[in-house]
Amino acid sequence: MSDVVEKTLSALPSLLSLDSQAGAGKLSPSSKLGNLIKGITELTSKHEEEKLIKKELAAIKEQVASPNTSMRQMKEIMVRAIYCEMLGYQASFSYIHAIKLAQQGSVLEKRVGYLAVSLFLNETDEFLLLLVNTVLKDLQSTNLIDVCMALTVVSQVFPRDMIPAILPVVEEKLTHPKEIIRRKAVLALYKFYLIAPNQVQHIHSKFRKALCDKDPGVMAASLHIYLQLIKESPESYKDLTVSMVTILGQVVGGKLPMDFNYHSIPAPWLQIQLLRILAYLGKEDQGTSELMYDVLEDSLRRAEMNHNMTYAILFECVKTIFTVHPKAQLLEKAAECIGNFVLSPKINLKYLGLKALTYVVQQDANLALPHQMTIIECLDHSDIIIKRETLELLFRITNAQNVTVIVEKMLEFLRMTSDDYSTIDLVGKTMNSVFSLGGDVMQPDIPNNFLRLLADGVDSVEDRRMRLFAVDSYVSLLQGETAQLPQRFLQVISWVLGEYSHLREEQDSGTIMRLLARLLDQRNTSTETRSWVLGAMTKLCSNPVSVALARDVCERYSGSLNTVLRQRAQELMILSQDTELRARVLPAEGRLEHLEVDSSLSFLDGYVSEALAAGAAPYKSPHQRQEDLAQEKALTLEPYGLSLPVSLSSCSVTDRLTDGLSPTLLSMSSGLSGNGTELSHGGGSTTLKLDGVKRVWGKEGYLAQQQSVEDAPTPPVQLPSPLLSPQRPPSQTQTPEPDQEKQQLASSLFVGLGSHNSVCLMGRAEPAPQHFRRKPRGGSSGASERSSDSSHSSRSAAVDNLLLSNLLDSTTVASEGGATTTTPQQTSQRTLDHTTSNGSPHVEGKEEGVAAGGSLSLIRGMVAVVLPTHTETDPQSDLHPAPHPAPALERPGDLPLTSHLPAELSGLARSELTPLCSDQDPSLALSACRVYKEDALVVLVFIVNNTNSTLHQMALQLTCKELEISCISGSPLKEVKGHSVSVCLHTVVMKRASVQVELAGLLSYQRPLGQPQAAQFSLSLSLKHFIRPLTVSTGEYGKMWLSFSHDLKQNLRLVTTEHQEPLTATLDALKSKLHLHIVDIIGSEGIVACRLLQGEGHGQPCLLHCRVHANTLAVWLRSPVPELPDSLLYHCQKALTET
Amino acid sequence: MCQPIKIDLTASPAERLAHFTGWDCTFLKNRFESTIHSVFESTIKLKMQFMLLFSRQGKLRLQKWYVPLSDKERKKISRDLVQTILARKPKMCSFLEWRDLKIVYKRYASLYFCCAVEDQDNELITLEIIHRYVELLDKYFGSVCELDIIFNFEKAYFILDEFLLGGEAQETSKKNVLKAIEQADLLQEKNVLKAIEQADLLQEEAEAPRSVLEEIGLT
Repeated sequence: MSDVVEKTLSALPSLLSLDSQAGAGKLSPSSKLGNLIKGITELTSKHEEEKLIKKELAAIKEQVASPNTSMRQMKEIMVRAIYCEMLGYQASFSYIHAIKLAQQGSVLEKRVGYLAVSLFLNETDEFLLLLVNTVLKDLQSTNLIDVCMALTVVSQVFPRDMIPAILPVVEEKLTHPKEIIRRKAVLALYKFYLIAPNQVQHIHSKFRKALCDKDPGVMAASLHIYLQLIKESPESYKDLTVSMVTILGQVVGGKLPMDFNYHSIPAPWLQIQLLRILAYLGKEDQGTSELMYDVLEDSLRRAEMNHNMTYAILFECVKTIFTVHPKAQLLEKAAECIGNFVLSPKINLKYLGLKALTYVVQQDANLALPHQMTIIECLDHSDIIIKRETLELLFRITNAQNVTVIVEKMLEFLRMTSDDYSTIDLVGKTMNSVFSLGGDVMQPDIPNNFLRLLADGVDSVEDRRMRLFAVDSYVSLLQGETAQLPQRFLQVISWVLGEYSHLREEQDSGTIMRLLARLLDQRNTSTETRSWVLGAMTKLCSNPVSVALARDVCERYSGSLNTVLRQRAQELMILSQDTELRARVLPAEGRLEHLEVDSSLSFLDGYVSEALAAGAAPYKSPHQRQEDLAQEKALTLEPYGLSLPVSLSSCSVTDRLTDGLSPTLLSMSSGLSGNGTELSHGGGSTTLKLDGVKRVWGKEGYLAQQQSVEDAPTPPVQLPSPLLSPQRPPSQTQTPEPDQEKQQLASSLFVGLGSHNSVCLMGRAEPAPQHFRRKPRGGSSGASERSSDSSHSSRSAAVDNLLLSNLLDSTTVASEGGATTTTPQQTSQRTLDHTTSNGSPHVEGKEEGVAAGGSLSLIRGMVAVVLPTHTETDPQSDLHPAPHPAPALERPGDLPLTSHLPAELSGLARSELTPLCSDQDPSLALSACRVYKEDALVVLVFIVNNTNSTLHQMALQLTCKELEISCISGSPLKEVKGHSVSVCLHTVVMKRASVQVELAGLLSYQRPLGQPQAAQFSLSLSLKHFIRPLTVSTGEYGKMWLSFSHDLKQNLRLVTTEHQEPLTATLDALKSKLHLHIVDIIGSEGIVACRLLQGEGHGQPCLLHCRVHANTLAVWLRSPVPELPDSLLYHCQKALTET
Repeated sequence: MCQPIKIDLTASPAERLAHFTGWDCTFLKNRFESTIHSVFESTIKLKMQFMLLFSRQGKLRLQKWYVPLSDKERKKISRDLVQTILARKPKMCSFLEWRDLKIVYKRYASLYFCCAVEDQDNELITLEIIHRYVELLDKYFGSVCELDIIFNFEKAYFILDEFLLGGEAQETSKKNVLKAIEQADLLQEKNVLKAIEQADLLQEEAEAPRSVLEEIGLT
């Protein structure tokens, strides 16, 4: 539609003056409407417009009232009245005339009359009753146009009570020979169904007829009704599934007339309607769902054009697939589809992708994992709607681990848009889930910020709405089971209820009081929470019921051992009885506003000067005092000299702790002044006894905030908050680059998912915990060190190397002593060790983090990023020959396994041997090796039979859904003779790029006279094993660059060496580790190309453009496939951090 | 708001008394005077709630409401929305969350087309509904411009009613929609011819059908 000529209003006067010219023909400037419009455009102020319209309306009013006005003039007048209404001026006097026009006019005038009626009137308007007879008459007219108009108006506005009057006639139209009439009749009935469902119940069978109508338009119209019916009771319409599936199949297959195509997509509206219906039908119903899998797959497959409409269909399809009973294969395809949305550069599609993700993560939170970086980027998107949707998505993946970060993001967002209506709902519900999920773990200033947010708003409707929302949701929460709610959340709840429950007028404050009292009675409610509750009750006790309740509570707690509780109870008692005082102390509205704290304590000035005048010593700050003491030290007696400075310094420690944190704390746990002293002078007799003395003075003056609570729960410093915990200090270690921050953010957001995921992906019940690792006994110190410690120092690698050759080539059994002899048990033990150390994601993460330069904050990033897929990643395994000895190969007489390599592969680059698990059967050892062929990755599995007997019925099966695996060993494996080695070759390519995949293997075999046995193992392959250099010229590179659509930018760290330019050094490092091809280096820029092995002879290219910028390497990746840049970038990052 | 301010949320009434001594807070009394009214609470949810067409200057050109709303509410909604949408930058997302609705809008030359749908609805399909409507207008008027819609807004309404009925897509075949409109227009023309005989003719009516006839000639 870009070819639409833009003709702005400024061009209007000149157009109007060209009276008889072609373009102006339609504009009818001489008509009265034309004059009116022209008049309005010539005006300059709103005021003038008002005057003109008033005049116009007066004229219209006069004309319509005149008996001499013909229907034809009336029609013209009505158009002007509609125009005035559109400009926002009431022309209610004309409504009745609109009805009259519809009643009495000829077809031409009737049309305008009906239009005016549908624009002016609401369903509830009494005027509409006057229209019923006209509609009835027109419905029965022989003129098709009359019938059409009547049906149109009926589908838009019709009084509900009058439906029975016309229902039979409309029903009759369902069998009308003209399809347009049938279609409109169906829609009219749909409308009736919406406003009065029980009145159309008897015609359900006729709807079925409409569904089978030979005209696709009528059939499509009937789907509106069916969507509604099926939504309400899917059970009653299961029999329709087959029909719906058939229809969708026909539509998708292009069986409908071309008329229904939209940009050569067959009947998209119909498709979407059907997909929605299928979703309702298949929801939680496996049998029904199975009927539709084929057609769903078909629509996914067929929707391949790059058009908005295709994406609309895909979106609906994905939604349906995730709603019906799951089928793994379809889910996978749908998830892939979401990926395309999310990674799309088009903002509308990205939004829809996020929306789809939000929908699907409710079923499987891990689906968000591949898109973490995109999600992080969207979180900072300039368009607020993207941000908002991202937050919604985050809200869905909230768990106990990431709750803090998510809440921070929410609050950040909220600060920006605090008066935005639409955010309220999101924030409200998020906060609730967040509090109940992680209440006690989160930083105390989060609830504080939340409460401030509630309290801060001035007088907007939105604030009120949000508070009401909070009150409502909390009341319903308290009505349920409250025992497991975190204390902090209970505190927030009581504060909010105390402050704002008066907003909910119909809610009796007695009810809330009772709920709160119930909280007090609960055994596990902490003292701190109790005092909050009492505070809330004090605010609430306004009516007699509550006062009585308050008295009960007071009696119970005024005897409490806890001073704070006792004080609160007393206050409650006094204030509940003295309404006047209460009104003054606690005004009903806005208690929190404008609290001023006089930090200079000027109100004490008078008192101080009096005291000074009376001879008191002037105040000295603790620091000053300490200095003074130091000076006086020579004169001081020993005991004082020792004790005072110490106690002061210990005080200042507490000061630092509390002052550093307390300003933002809600908690009353800042504690007693005695704490520090007590701690440091457990039994000291020379110190002042401060126990039990309430601390009211701090470094900054009066600590108004602090309450002494003797059994105050966990001081804030000890909160196991993930951000504050001692192992991860703080921001000094943070790397400044924004991308690392992003990664860090990603890790903290997706942390819970990651660990969960790793469990699933590894296919084990749980990753083997670290403490299972045990060093083998015996003297094989080198070997044991090696296998239990997977650090990558080259020194140990060298040792291994020696050892390995020793193991493999030695010709004597145990003749060299215990050092190199290993019993089968030990072997298996060691292998186990090895797998555990690699299999434990925790260890892995740490190693990565350390490798990344000791940045502690990065560790978290790495853990989370690494967790999902890594089980066996040995970043340097390709560099050092055989860091893993093949422990099962110590049988004398054996050649190194590598000698079993097929000749055609022997010249190629290969990895070292990796032992695969052999814990089930010591006599059988498996190991694997990767050979990097130009067009494929070859995985060799060596099967070593350590016994004398032959193994029969051998079958090796490798499976991985992300990989395409084909067996290339010449003769299929059947048996392995005693003490021999057999090799299986498989070529492997990736179906789609992913950072790391897990290859699962199953070897089944049978010993003579034995049962069939099976050995399971897994081998992880990373993307870099599938990356090959792509040799292109600079020119070709340029062409490819422009044609690729998926891109990604990130800054990486530069490698610095002494004798090379940083860029060259970095690119060389990448080249050697990832097999990239450096196309060209020009100045501070370098271009690099590679391809990902995929399918037979195919490869997906990925281009990198690198530029040195402010000590970082700005990398820009482009590829035709969406996932490749993401995964490759990950490996680049990893490769560089290792260097 | 970003700065944490020390406020004692847990202050006991006794402490509060100290803070509030001599402090006038009556001005806060009427703070919550304004009542809130949810526009959409009691309405039946249809697919499309309303459609608005407005110019770059913020002038309403067409409004179609598929939910019963009072005049006042309609005015408020259209004013709010026009402001919100005009303030958005061209590269931004075509979707917008507004109250509990999803707004889908698109700009064609100097005109903004804007639809409100339920939050759970498919935004892209709504975008294509707008596009199909524009196509229909374009076909009917022959390279449609804002002026066509200003001066013949009733025709634009007729087309819309043939395409969307009660907020649902009624007929998605372009040919069928235009056929329906043409049939009605032809009838209108017969009347006009009759009217010519009666020598009581307004210029625009003679011309409007002519353009339609051209249209028929073209198709």
